[in-house]
Amino acid sequence: MNTGARSLVLLVVVLLALGGAGGYGAWAYARQQEQSRAPSQASIASAAAAGPLIYFRNTASGQGQGMVATVPVGDPQGPRTLTAQACDRIYVAADRRICLHAKIGLANTTDEEIFDADWHLLRTRTLDGAPNRARLSADGTLAASTVFVAGTSYLGGFSTATEISASDGQSFGNLENFTINIPGVTLSAAERNVWGVTFADDGDTFYATVGSGDRNWLVRGSIKQRTLTAIHTGVECPSLSPDGTRIAFKIKPADPNEQKTRILAVLDLATGKVTTLAEGRNVDDQAEWLNDSTVLYGLARGAPVGDSDIWSVPADGSGKPTLFIEHAWSPSVVRQ
Amino acid sequence: MYLSLSDWRSRKVDSGPGSVPPFKLAPTILALGIVSLLTDVSSESVAAVLPLYVTASLGLSTIAYGFVDGIYQGISATVRIAAGWTSDRVGIPKWVAFLGYGLSAVARIGLLAADGFSSLATVIAVDRFGKGIRTAPRDAMIRFAAQPEHIGRSFGVHRMLDTVGAALGPLLAFVILLAIPNGYHVVFIASLAFAFIGLAVLGLFVPNERRRSAVVKVRDPKPATPRLRFRDVNTPGMRRLLLVAGVLGLLTVGDGFLYLVLQARTAFAPEWFPLLYVGTNIAYLLLAIPMGRLADKWGRTRVFIAGHVALLAAYVCAMTSWGGPLTAVGTLVLLGVFYAATDGVLAALAGLLSPRQGAATGISAAQTVVAVARLAASTGFGFLWFAIGSQAAMGVVALLLAIALPAAAGLLRTAKQATA
Repeated sequence: MNTGARSLVLLVVVLLALGGAGGYGAWAYARQQEQSRAPSQASIASAAAAGPLIYFRNTASGQGQGMVATVPVGDPQGPRTLTAQACDRIYVAADRRICLHAKIGLANTTDEEIFDADWHLLRTRTLDGAPNRARLSADGTLAASTVFVAGTSYLGGFSTATEISASDGQSFGNLENFTINIPGVTLSAAERNVWGVTFADDGDTFYATVGSGDRNWLVRGSIKQRTLTAIHTGVECPSLSPDGTRIAFKIKPADPNEQKTRILAVLDLATGKVTTLAEGRNVDDQAEWLNDSTVLYGLARGAPVGDSDIWSVPADGSGKPTLFIEHAWSPSVVRQ
Repeated sequence: MYLSLSDWRSRKVDSGPGSVPPFKLAPTILALGIVSLLTDVSSESVAAVLPLYVTASLGLSTIAYGFVDGIYQGISATVRIAAGWTSDRVGIPKWVAFLGYGLSAVARIGLLAADGFSSLATVIAVDRFGKGIRTAPRDAMIRFAAQPEHIGRSFGVHRMLDTVGAALGPLLAFVILLAIPNGYHVVFIASLAFAFIGLAVLGLFVPNERRRSAVVKVRDPKPATPRLRFRDVNTPGMRRLLLVAGVLGLLTVGDGFLYLVLQARTAFAPEWFPLLYVGTNIAYLLLAIPMGRLADKWGRTRVFIAGHVALLAAYVCAMTSWGGPLTAVGTLVLLGVFYAATDGVLAALAGLLSPRQGAATGISAAQTVVAVARLAASTGFGFLWFAIGSQAAMGVVALLLAIALPAAAGLLRTAKQATA
């Protein structure tokens, strides 16, 4: 082949490649524009019902996709009410709301915003990483955020960064810097990851996961003493029940072929007894208690990417999972 | 400062009688530079959005991902040496490199279909595999396409184009996601398009070395030995270079850590974090050619050592409390000097220390030693950081580097004759 023929072949490749990619981009842009204007896939109510509500991220396509929505606790399958706030992760307690929202930019950063009950912004700051988990203490005074951090080490792998802060004030810093007490184990800062905080009611105690490699521990933390003390192994993403007696969490199934799967279980804090729940599918979420006998959690729908449903399952290992809210993610139950 | 020195030297040398032949960029090197530019646009655009895609859209257990990623680095290092060796033994660097670039392009297709942890892990493994395969044969091709007097500068041209691609990739991804939120697949398709164009440029415009060997033989006094043996590469000079590169690599703290020290000192918002990468890249791409020229004129081992002096200065700069934003800028420029003075120059040095039939093996050995040493450095520094704090850890590494540098310079001086 002479140079002219080679140039011609290259020209054809360039035109095909850029034309194909450009065409796909244009189609994706048009479709996205069309979808964002289309009516929502879910039925929408114009005003929120009175009484206890469940807040969540609306993942139904069409108008309001990605916005925080609410349904009454008594009618979760009924029409949802949309808010004007976009959040990847939402949690509501007392008169405070915490919202984690991924920011588009050259970096993967997250806006952590705290609002009052009327969606007035009280505080905002930028976290370095992609949004993952958010929690408030029951009285709304303490906030915890977990983000996924990528690329800060030469390994290029992921790690988590979790911070607890007073929802009206200062941060207590990255939990990695708390003193970690795990009998017989010493972890360097690079090795340890902390995620999935859940608060007790005393304004100081919390529970979280400490992970290193493929091992992880349930830790009980103290904000005042800046300590994390291991109380159980193999526990991820704890969530304390409203009565404070049990912790719902994710655990590896007994089958060694299912190393990447996490199933739901409940730990009784008094007896240390672990009960596997009836949900057998892989769960990647921090469970939320609907009441003292039922837990809620999100499950991806598969397609389209980013859509998910909220499911419920009895907390005592009985029954079977049921679809709770369709096209929804990040449930937060507001009890009154 | 190196820039002006380089210009001053070059003017002096060029005007002298019986000076070196004027620099002429070989079409092969330009083509390889464009291949690297396109491939970096392809890979860096995906790398910029992958964390968000994985965590937000696929919702995977990403801690495990980090664990697996460490293993891939090991695989990549092993593959690199094997690919360099094969490329030398069979004498087809172009097609070994083509296989490497091709595998990464195939991985982009896989990315579109990946919908879970194992499929995504496979896709990333294939991509790393491809990267491991292509680097050494490509650098061996650059080494032989370059004029012997201008090897450093030739590598500089290639590394500059490569870094331009690395800077454009995230920008492309950013523009696409700005227009189409959730448009990850558009980023992947665009990345695939650039990968294919890069592959086409390589296949169409880069001649295989073997085709040129008849021409080269006239210039090369030594007849080409057909079979490569381990002892051809395992020379005293090469062993010294690997030792020096390994020891200095052990004292090279990852950029990420340096940025974290800067961030902690100057307390700027995390959204500025990526600008640090951009700043280092800009300094690197501006300085890649001047540093290569300096290496050709002043001595490649000297520039390689001087690059590590710049790294030491970057450590000190990141630790100083005065200067505010100026220290940040200084650190970034010094880091850029470090990369510009060491990356291409190391490949040139290793290529020159290897026999003709073992260049890819020699280059891959040097690059693997550096990669493994830096991996160990990053892990070790993580421990040190936790044990004695970031400031003290940085100080310890700076001190060790200051002690190691004169020894390294002494060791390389002996190996210099072969590369001057």
